[in-house]
Amino acid sequence: MDKPLPNIIYLDNAATSWPKPAGVAQAVADFINYLGANPGRSGHRLSTAAAELVYDTRSLLAEMFGAEDPLRVVFCKNVTEALNTVLRGLLRPGDHVVTGSLEHNSVMRPLRALERQGVELTAVPASPAGLFRPSDFERALRPNTRLIVLNHASNVVGTLAPVREVGQIAREHGVWLAVDAAQTAGVYPIHMPADNIDILCFTGHKGLLGPQGTGGFILGERVPDDAIEPLTRGGTGSRSEEEHQPDFLPDRFESGTLNAAGIAGLKAGLEFLRREGIAKVRAHEVALTRRLLDGLRAIAGVQIYGTRDPAYQVAVVSFNIAGMYPSEAALALDEEFGIMCRVGLHCAPAAHRTIGTFPQGTIRFSPGYFNTPAEIDQALEAVEALARRAHTPTYQVVNRERSVYDDRENR
Amino acid sequence: MSTQYGVVLFDSTQRAIQAERALKAAGLLVKLIPVPRQISSDCGVCLRFLWQDHSRVEEVLRDHRVAFAGIRQL
Repeated sequence: MDKPLPNIIYLDNAATSWPKPAGVAQAVADFINYLGANPGRSGHRLSTAAAELVYDTRSLLAEMFGAEDPLRVVFCKNVTEALNTVLRGLLRPGDHVVTGSLEHNSVMRPLRALERQGVELTAVPASPAGLFRPSDFERALRPNTRLIVLNHASNVVGTLAPVREVGQIAREHGVWLAVDAAQTAGVYPIHMPADNIDILCFTGHKGLLGPQGTGGFILGERVPDDAIEPLTRGGTGSRSEEEHQPDFLPDRFESGTLNAAGIAGLKAGLEFLRREGIAKVRAHEVALTRRLLDGLRAIAGVQIYGTRDPAYQVAVVSFNIAGMYPSEAALALDEEFGIMCRVGLHCAPAAHRTIGTFPQGTIRFSPGYFNTPAEIDQALEAVEALARRAHTPTYQVVNRERSVYDDRENR
Repeated sequence: MSTQYGVVLFDSTQRAIQAERALKAAGLLVKLIPVPRQISSDCGVCLRFLWQDHSRVEEVLRDHRVAFAGIRQL
C-alpha cells in the first residue's frame, strides 16, 4: 500500500489502526457524495439504500463474531460508549461485578462510578506478566454476581485473557460475560458462542480497520432484548406514535441518526478483512511481534513487559529504556526516527500497577497488518540508538539535573 | 385489472431490510416503501410484494426466522 507520508513508521495501531485499506476512505466519500440519506427514517430509495448499507455492516459483524442475528448488533460511537451502555444499563445497586486487573479506564471508570452508587466490585489480579488464572474468577463470584467484564487483550502488554474458560465458569454460575474486544476484534479469532461470550463490545477503528466514530456491542442469545437499559433515548424511525422507547433491537439502543458515513467505511474494512482472513492477519502480526520481541531482547538496557511470547498476546509490546523517561524516548522516536508510538499509562493505570510500571509508564509499540518486517528492524535500530544514548555519562548527568529541577517545580 | 399488492409490517427498519434480503434471495419481487397512512402512523418502512405471492412470502420469512408484525393486503 502506498503511504502518503514518507519516512513514517506507524507503530500505534493499538490506539487506532493506520493506514486503512484503500477502500475505506472511498466508501466514506461515496456515502457522503452519492448516498447521503438518513438510514431508516424515510421510505425513499436513498434512505432505504442507506438502511441496507447499515444492515449489511451488521451482517458482516455478526458473521465475523459468530452471532446468529444481525439485529443483535448495536452501533455506538466507539467501544467506550458500548461498555458504558452495558455496564451502566445492566448493573444496579446491590449487584456484584467481577473484572480483571488489566482493564482500560473505559471499564474501570464506569465501574468506579457504579461502585459509589452501591455496586460491589472485585478486580481479579493478573500476574506481573499479565496472565490470569481462570479459577481466580470462580473464587471471586458471589451469590449476587451479575456480570464478569473482561478485557480480551491488554492494551498495555497485549496479553490475552482466558475468555473461553472464564465464560464457561460464568455459564455454570448463571452469570453473563461481557468482553472488551478493543484490542482483539479483527486481529484475533472471536466466536461468541464457542468462546462463551454473552456481550461483545467492539470498536471499529482499530483491528476492524474502519474510521473513528464507529463501534458497538453484540448481544448473545442468552441476553434478553430488554436486559440492558439504554443510555440514550430518542427518535429511532420506528413506533413514532409512541413516546416510550421501543424495547426491540437494535432500536432500543440506537436513538438519533447513526454515523452512517463511518459505518460505510467500517463495512469496507470488514470486507477487506473477510477477503484476507483473520488467520492471515493474526499470522502476520505474530511474526512482527516475534521479530520485535527478539530484537528488543538483544538490546542492552531494554526491559520488556508481559509474557514476551507472541502466542499469548496480540501485537502490543511495552518496554522501557534504562535511564530514559518514556516521554523523552517518544519525542526522540518521532522527531529523529519518524516512529509513531504511544508512551505513558495508556489510559490503564490498573494494568501498569499490575506489571509494576505505575506511574512512569512504558513505551508501547503496536504494529498492525500493514507494517513490514523492515519497519520493525528500523524501529529496533532506533531503540538501540536511544539505549546507547541513555547509557552515556553526559546524558545521565543532564538527566539527573533535570529531574532535580522537575522535583523543585512540583513542590 | 390493476396489480394487487400486499405489505409486510415490521417493528424495526433493520428487520425490514433483513426480510428484504431473504425474500429477494428467494426470487420474490419486493420493494421497501413507506408504511401507507391507512395502515399505520409509523414513519418507518414496510415491504411491498405481489399479493399472489403472499403464502410464499410468509413461508420464506418463517423459514429464515425473520420476525414481522403483520401482513396486510393493500
